[in-house]
Amino acid sequence: MFKRLHDLRTPVSFEFEGETVTAEDGDTVAAALLAHGVRHVRDAVVSGRPRAPYCMIGACFECLVEIDGRPNRQACLTPVRAGMAVRRQSVAGGTPDGGAQ
Amino acid sequence: MNDSTPMHDSRVDLAIIGAGPAGLAAAITASGLGLTVSVLDEGRRPGGQIYRGIEDAPARGEQWMTLLGEDYARGLDLVKRFRASTAQYRPEHSVFDIAPDGGLGILGPDGAHWIEAERVLVATGAMERPVPLPGWTLPGVMGAGAAQTLLKSSALVPGARTVIAGSGPLVYLVARQMQTGGANLVAVLDTTPRANYRRAAPLLARAMLAGNEIRKGLAWRREVKKATPLFRTGVRNVHVEGVDAVEAVSFETGGGRGRVDCELVLLHEGIVPNTQLAMAAEADHDYDELQACWRPRLDAFGRSSAPGILVAGDGGGIAGADLAVEAGHLAALAVAADLERISHAEAVERGAAARAAIERKSALRRFLDTLYRPRDEVLAPSHDDTLVCRCEEVTAGELRQIAAMGCSGPNQAKAFTRCGMGPCQGRMCGLTAAAVLARAGGRSMAEVGHLRIRPPIKPITVGELAALDGVGPPPDAGPLLPTAPDEGTD
Repeated sequence: MFKRLHDLRTPVSFEFEGETVTAEDGDTVAAALLAHGVRHVRDAVVSGRPRAPYCMIGACFECLVEIDGRPNRQACLTPVRAGMAVRRQSVAGGTPDGGAQ
Repeated sequence: MNDSTPMHDSRVDLAIIGAGPAGLAAAITASGLGLTVSVLDEGRRPGGQIYRGIEDAPARGEQWMTLLGEDYARGLDLVKRFRASTAQYRPEHSVFDIAPDGGLGILGPDGAHWIEAERVLVATGAMERPVPLPGWTLPGVMGAGAAQTLLKSSALVPGARTVIAGSGPLVYLVARQMQTGGANLVAVLDTTPRANYRRAAPLLARAMLAGNEIRKGLAWRREVKKATPLFRTGVRNVHVEGVDAVEAVSFETGGGRGRVDCELVLLHEGIVPNTQLAMAAEADHDYDELQACWRPRLDAFGRSSAPGILVAGDGGGIAGADLAVEAGHLAALAVAADLERISHAEAVERGAAARAAIERKSALRRFLDTLYRPRDEVLAPSHDDTLVCRCEEVTAGELRQIAAMGCSGPNQAKAFTRCGMGPCQGRMCGLTAAAVLARAGGRSMAEVGHLRIRPPIKPITVGELAALDGVGPPPDAGPLLPTAPDEGTD
């Protein structure tokens, strides 16, 4: 959906749903996923419909993902780190230690 | 400045939330007057949304700076002066609580902390106005400003068939930047209501005297019109179509309905103050009818009604980056005067130029606000199926139903429908829900009121709260725990 204007200078690789995604160091997770062509980042909590990043500035919470086992991470505010495991968030966050709200 | 030093002061004279133009300018002025200053920001680098990626931009080359434009390049000097100041800088930090006594709960890569400040400056800027319309939750729909953020921070441009639909100066700036970057922009649908041109026309002459912004905007518009296959004005009733993602946009003009296939839709209906923190601090807010948003009630230096809490920049009412710098400077002077580092007379004198700059631009602002006031359909969507609350999936129709049952306002609507109770805590639905309820009940925005904002205002785990360090939470830290749902009624 998005293309890079510049070649990768400092590539960083991580996993999304088990698939390797290579991004530029300094990218947020949301930017990296959009550049990789990922359209479906989380499921809506009531209907289960697919959702994707909307605001890119930490306001809409549409980009909530699970990172290294922790749910409710805002992908648009989280920089990519080599080896991180990112998963689509498909249930409502809110387990006792899972960072409700 | 010491962002690499592991130890930050947990008590400062001034805590500034936000490292955009207002926050940076305030930090430079306040630290220059000898105040201890800590700047907290969710970003990785200073600049806020408007100057996002500015420190990395020169290394990307001259062509890149040309693409982003001279207004953007101006941010470089501001960021350099901030870096050279003595202000402490905490990037990648969210504020999850703001206490009446100046305590701040902050959450960063190394966990949660409490810090205490004599004064707190909320410089959290603006966000794009949410644009509730049929299909706006489909993957492939995002803000035009969101796409611009991807451009500035990661040099990404849309690679798929893209439509921009909306109103306001940013529409043409973003369209032009994307076309320069080689995006496949298949349509620009300008939704500015025709009636707004008539209302704004008498204000034009004075606005043109206030600066070259309007000429610049018209030039962008001409370039975009020339380069875009489908260019329409007076567009209404935009619908995004698709099953699991965007497939097309349909719309209405004076000439009937149109439709265009696309994969990416960028919506934009202006920007609104990011009021979450000022509301959490219980600062009084008024509804601004012209800007169609809530704004904190401030004095000429940015002091809010909440003791010790100031607001500067677009978070206090939309005025743009240049005036945010002036407002940040004024707020820093007010803090220095209130903490008796300078006299009040000196604050007034040192702030005179900034206040004059703000006054000079007021005619331009009035023109822009009048021309780009969103149509009622944007403020309170008429289609019953349109989602208002994206998190809890509450529709405009459901809100109208509870309005008919006598629902008094958005706080009571939470109890009826969960509208505003999801992770975004009403950032996306608050304005719309209040507008739908007001319209349905024949009341004003002031009468229905705004959502009360309760901490934690950012996601935090019980484990992070338990490990809190710093100067200690305020005695009434109970409601911080995210386990208790909002009481939800008035």
